[in-house]
Amino acid sequence: MATIRIPPTLRAEVGGARELDARGCTVADVIDDLVARFPALETQLLSGGQLADFVNVYVRGEDVRTRDGLDTEVREGDQLILLPAMAGGSFGVRPHGV
Amino acid sequence: MATYRELLAQVKSEIDEISTIEAHERLDSSDGSLFVDVREPDEWDEGHIPGAIYTGRGRLEQRIEGLVPDKARPLVVYCSAGSRSAFAAKALEELGYVNVVNLAGGFQDWKRNGFDVTIPRVLSPEQRSRYSRHLLIPEVGEDGQQRLLDARVLLIGAGGLGSPASLYLAAAGVGTLGIIDADVVDESNLQRQIVHSTDRLGEPKVTSAKRTLEALNPDVRVVPFQERLTSENVDRILAEGWDVIVDGADNFPTRYLVNDASVWSGIPVVHGSIFRFEGQVTVFSPGVGPCYRCLFPQPPPPELAPSCAEGGVLGVLPGIIGSIQASETLKLILDRGDSLAGRLLLFDALGTTLDEVTVRRNPDCPVCGDSPTITEYVDYVEFCNAPLQI
Repeated sequence: MATIRIPPTLRAEVGGARELDARGCTVADVIDDLVARFPALETQLLSGGQLADFVNVYVRGEDVRTRDGLDTEVREGDQLILLPAMAGGSFGVRPHGV
Repeated sequence: MATYRELLAQVKSEIDEISTIEAHERLDSSDGSLFVDVREPDEWDEGHIPGAIYTGRGRLEQRIEGLVPDKARPLVVYCSAGSRSAFAAKALEELGYVNVVNLAGGFQDWKRNGFDVTIPRVLSPEQRSRYSRHLLIPEVGEDGQQRLLDARVLLIGAGGLGSPASLYLAAAGVGTLGIIDADVVDESNLQRQIVHSTDRLGEPKVTSAKRTLEALNPDVRVVPFQERLTSENVDRILAEGWDVIVDGADNFPTRYLVNDASVWSGIPVVHGSIFRFEGQVTVFSPGVGPCYRCLFPQPPPPELAPSCAEGGVLGVLPGIIGSIQASETLKLILDRGDSLAGRLLLFDALGTTLDEVTVRRNPDCPVCGDSPTITEYVDYVEFCNAPLQI
C-alpha cells in the first residue's frame, strides 16, 4: 500500500481527499488502482497510455521520469506526490500580449 | 599587583610573535593564515590589511568562534602597534586556538613598510544602526551588507508573492528593486498583498509599492515598470542589469517567458507559486541547475490550472512562500548557504507539511539542454493554450 498526495486541482475528482491509499508495485499499478476507483482522473494523469507531460509524479522524492517512468518501483509505505504546475503568484501580470 | 607594562611583558612572553615582513610573507603564502584585526571600528575604517576580518577587542571572545570555527586555522592577530593584539592572542589561545601569532609591529609597521592596505567602504552611522542585526551575523557582516546595498533584484509582479518578497528585500537593504506590474490596486488584493493599503485603491501597484518600500528604507531605490512583461520588452528590461529575478507571476505564459529570458541572460530566478493552501518554491540557476522547463516541460490545460482569481488562495500563504523567496534571494546575493537549486519545496498549509522533491536538469530540455531547439522567444500564449499532443 502506498500513499498518494492529491494536488488541489485534482481533489474534485476524488471527493475532496488530500491523500489516498492505493495498491501496486509500480507507478503504473498505483495509477491504475486510482483510476479504477476515480475514472475522471485518467485524462488528468495519462495521455496515450503514458504519463501526461503536464503532471509530475514523485516517488521517494524523485521524479519518476528520471527513473523508470510508469515502471518505477513502488514499495510498501512509499509516498507518491502528484504535482501539476501552478501558475499563481501575483495576479498582476496578465498573459495578454505576452 | 602587576603594572600594565609588567602584564604586557608577561603576556608577550607567553605568546608567539612574528615580524611585519614574516606576516607579509604569510599573506602571499597558501597556508590559510587569517588576519584578525582587533582595533577600534574607526581605525579599521581608515584602512586594514587586505583579507583581514574585523572583530573589535571588546567582543573578540564572544564573536571569534562564529567567525573562525576551525581552531587549528593559523591566525595572525594585529592592532595598531602590537600591544592590544598581544592580549587578544593570549585570549584566543585560552579559547583553544592552537596556531595564533601576534603581529609585533602592528598595522603602523605594516604601513611603514609600504605594504598594501585595503580602505573599506564604510556604512554610515545610520546604516550601522539599521543593519546592526545583519552585521552581527558572520555570514553577512559589513561586506555582506555592502553586497546587499549594491545588489539589483527584479521582481515579476507586485502582488501576493511580490509583496512580502519586496518588503523583506527592502528591509534587508537590497539597494535597487525593479518591479514589473501593469495593474492597479484593487480591494480584492488587500487580503494578501501587504505592500499596498486601502488608501492606495486605484493606484498603480508599482507606484504604491515604491511608496511603501522607499518609506520603509531610504537606502532602497525602486525602479517601476508599469507594463506587462512581453517578448517585446523583456530584453530592454533585463538589459538594465539584475543580479536575481524573483518570479511571482500569475500565469504560465509569463512563467515560460521569464524562464527563457533568464536562461539566455544567465540570471538566476527564485520561483514561487501558490494555490489555495499550497505553495511551491525553488531556484533556477542557469548553467548550474535545472530550469522551469526541466521541471514542467508543458503547462497543464486551462481546466487543470485555475488561477487564484478562480480558485482562491489563503491570504497568509504568499507571505510564507514569498518570504522563502526573499531568503533565497539574499543567500544568492551573499553567496552563502545551499540554495534551492535542484530542489522544489512543497508547502501545505492545511497539513502544515513541508516536502522536498529533487529537480534535475533535463539534457533534452529545449531551452537549457545540451542541444537547445528553442533559441528565441516564442508565442507564449499560443504555447500555453496549445491543444495537448495525445
